[in-house]
Parts: sequence; structure tokens; C-alpha cells
Amino acid sequence: MRTWGREVLASVLVNSIYEMKNYPVVLLNTVLSPLSFLIVITFVSKGQLIGEAIEGGFIMSMFQSGMSLQGDLSHLKNDFKLQDMVVSSPTTPSAYATGMAVGEIIYSIPALAVLTILAAIYIRPGAIESLELLGVFLLMFLGSVAIGFTLSTFSSDIVQSFAFSRLISTIFATLPPVYYPITYIPLPFRYAAYLSPTTYAGEIAQSSTGLIQLSTADIFSAWAILIAVSLALLLIAVKKARWRDV
Amino acid sequence: MSTGSLFCDSLTKVYGDSKGRKALDSVSLEVPSHGIFSLIGMNGAGKTTLVRILATQLAPTAGRATINGLDVMPDAKRIREHIACIPQEARTIPWMTPKQTVLSYLLWRGVSYEEAGRKASEALAKVGLGAQENLLNRRLSGGTKRKVLVATVLSSDADIIFLDEPTTGLDPISRQELWTSLTKLAEDRFLILTTHYLEEAERLANVIGILHRGKLVGLGTLDELRSTLKYQYSLMVTSDTELPVVREGLVTRGVTGQTQMLTDEPEAYEISRVLLEKGAKFSMSKVSLEDIFFHLVHRTGEEDSQ
Repeated sequence: MRTWGREVLASVLVNSIYEMKNYPVVLLNTVLSPLSFLIVITFVSKGQLIGEAIEGGFIMSMFQSGMSLQGDLSHLKNDFKLQDMVVSSPTTPSAYATGMAVGEIIYSIPALAVLTILAAIYIRPGAIESLELLGVFLLMFLGSVAIGFTLSTFSSDIVQSFAFSRLISTIFATLPPVYYPITYIPLPFRYAAYLSPTTYAGEIAQSSTGLIQLSTADIFSAWAILIAVSLALLLIAVKKARWRDV
Repeated sequence: MSTGSLFCDSLTKVYGDSKGRKALDSVSLEVPSHGIFSLIGMNGAGKTTLVRILATQLAPTAGRATINGLDVMPDAKRIREHIACIPQEARTIPWMTPKQTVLSYLLWRGVSYEEAGRKASEALAKVGLGAQENLLNRRLSGGTKRKVLVATVLSSDADIIFLDEPTTGLDPISRQELWTSLTKLAEDRFLILTTHYLEEAERLANVIGILHRGKLVGLGTLDELRSTLKYQYSLMVTSDTELPVVREGLVTRGVTGQTQMLTDEPEAYEISRVLLEKGAKFSMSKVSLEDIFFHLVHRTGEEDSQ
């Protein structure tokens, strides 16, 4: 267990601490990306949707962490051959991926800190609501990390990998109704929105803090879908991620 | 890990589907797992594929390989405790320092943070980078970056080390320094080294494997490889002299005006005597690895085309 912790620490240091320490400017990007949507939605809705936008910012931060993981791991694998060096060592893929994922969360700390302050001011969730929100964000993070890690192990070209990462981010975090209620989009498009797990994450978050009203059955099914999708993605990562090339 | 051997039995790798390119074609070999085993070959010969399979990074299509009795497929986890690898085209991460590079690698190998820091400084000092351990990697020269990577495996307790073209891009002085480090490293570890530089393999390796188009065309010590050739001696005539008739041997005229004669020992001494009498400028030596390499690769090429 102690050895596992050291392996995780190595990944955390390489994927976040050293870069943040040596290139602090990279932090600006992680703050600005989720906040920019929040600002736009807040201005356009004249402040009406600030609560939804803050929760959307959290969901996007969590989801983008996994997508950034995909880009970063592909970069380290293809440009520096780091994964090959690590494969030929006692490190397990779980320790490598966990540390790298924690590194992505550390990267997101400035954005999450800003969002937490905004949530405390504008949403003021209670203890139960905060736990619900944490659960949603954690599931979002686990699911996206699972996709990110799996895709990175298949990547052989960094340009293609970054393109994939941006495409998935757009499809699952930007287009679905994460920053605003689903009722704001026309009915035919709502069916498409429900294909994305981030839609359910947004609905649960908005409903738990009283921003929208959902029936108990809808809340239950949203949780069930979100948990099932996250578990399925984790299972795919465990079974299909390619630690050793074939 | 006990001293034993590196063993491959009909090791084959086909990329893509079964009709894909055969990167390794039924390679079988056995070499003792100590000292330096060098793999040489042209680009695309299969060196990196073989190293990646042995270093548990790539699954073979067919055949098996063992290191000291452990199979690279089912026993990969146990093998990984004993190996370290610098892949071909590995680069240092620009936003890290040499010390951070080595330290993080040691953490991945399960070494404690304090010990990793101490070992990192020691390893970097050994390759002459003690004063640069806290500079950003992006500020280092290409050769120095390669040395940082060598320091990572040097710092580890791995007793089997894979180095895929570690001296590519190094200047002659840096290459000599690295050779010294590798020779020292091989005193108590097993190094598997691929290289394009035949001189490097000739200088460093205890055993040399020659790969050509995925096939192993030669394996042995330099003397053993020499013995596979019909002629053991090489005469290089540099002056424009009328050459004596070679009764037994091969004569090759180079574009730069040099003539090389490969022949056996008695004939070599006889030709030398004639050349000395004529006052010709020439040198005589045992056939080099370069001669062996070209002969074996050329012979395999001819056999393939038949």
C-alpha cells in the first residue's frame, strides 16, 4: 500500500505539481475555461441562471479533468515515451492513472475554489445538498477519467488525441444543458441531450438545490443512469485500457 | 534476480492483422543475462520491437521469450520489478528539472521520497550533472537530456536495463562518457542495448545480435561472428598502387579510391609483404563488426531475393 502511494505521488508530481511550480501560467487556462461559460450564461440571463451556471461550472470542471487527462497522458505517452518507461517498472496502471487523475483535480483547484465561493454566496447549499452535489461531481469525474485514461492508452498521435479530447468535451460538457435547465432547449433536442450523462448530472444538481423541480422518480432514474454510466465506463477502463501494446 | 539467460523461441510480431508487416520473424536466441547484449540492424530491422517485447511493453504475435526463466507474458509483473527501460525517442519533460525527473521515476519504482531525492542527486552526479540538477530540462542540451534519462535507470535498483539507441544524437565526447558509464553499469547488471553505431556495439557488447528485416542473421561474441565469415582479415589499401592478385578473398573498391581486401591470415600476410615492397599505404586488421554486418545483411538480402 505504501509503495502504491509512492507510485500515485510520482504521477501527481509529474502531471500537476511540477508543471504548476515551474510554469504557473498554465493555471490561468484551468480557471478561465469553466468560468467563461458561467460568465456568459449569467450575463445573457441577466443573473437569473447564476445558480445553474455555477453548478454547470463544477460539472464542466470535473468532466474536463478527465478529458485533460486523456490529452496529458497521450502527450506523455507519445511525445516523451513516459508510459513505456513506467510500464517497464513495478508501477501498476491503477496507481499511474489514479495519480494522473488526482493531478488533474489539483490543476482544477483554482477554478473549483472560485466556484465554491460563488456557490456559497449564490446557492448556499445545506449539508445534504452539498453531499448530493459532491456525489454528482465525483461520478462525473470518475466517468470522464475512465474515458480519458482508456482513450489515452490507445492513442498514437497527439494531434488526433487532442482533437478527440476537444470533441468529447464539446459533445458532453458544452452542448448538453449543464449551465441552464433542459427546458430552455426545444423539445426535439431534449431527447438528444438525454444521451449525455452530463445532462443527468446537471438535472440532479439543479434539482438538489431547488433550482428546478423534478419528480422523485425522475431524480431516482437520473441517479441510476449516472451511476450506471460511470460504473460502465470504469469497467471499460479496467477491461479495455491498453497498458501493454498489442 | 538470479543470473540466467535471455531466451527467445520463434518470437514473431506482426503489426495489424495477420497480413500485416512482420516486424519480427521467428527470432530464436539464447544469451547469458549479464554484461552487455547489443542488438544492431538497419532502420526497421526489428530492434525496437524485440526490445519492447522483452521489456514487457508489447505483446508478441507468436513465440515466447523468457528472462532468467520468467516469461515476458504471464510473468510480466515479476519481470517488471527487475527491469528498467529507456525507450527509443524518449525525451525529458521540459517543465521538469533533472532531479525531479529521476526522483519521480524512483517514486514509480516504490522508493521513498527522501531516498529518491538522495539517489537522484547521486545518479545525476555520476553522469556529471550534479551542478545542473535543478535547471529546467528545456534549458539543457540534447546530449545532457539523454544523460538525464540514463541517470533515471542508473539510479534504480533494476538489474536488467534496456537502452534503445541511447547515444543517438550525442557528440563524440558525450558518447565516450556515456560508454564509460554503461561499461561500469554492466559490471553488476545486464544491459540490452540497441544501436546504429557498429563501433559502439564492437566496443561495449559481450554478445551481439544482428537483425535484418525481422530475422536474426547473426548472434555471438565478436570473435564468434568473425568465425562465421570465410575471411578473417581485412586489408585497406589507401594509395593508388597496383594491387597484387588475391588468390583467396574478396576485393571491394570504394568510391573514395580505397580498396578493401578480405582474405585469410596467410594470404593477408603475403599481400602485406608485397604491398610493403611496393611502398603502398595500407592497413591490416581483423575483420570489423562493420565488415561482418555488411556481409551478413548482404547475404540475407541475396537469399531473400532468390
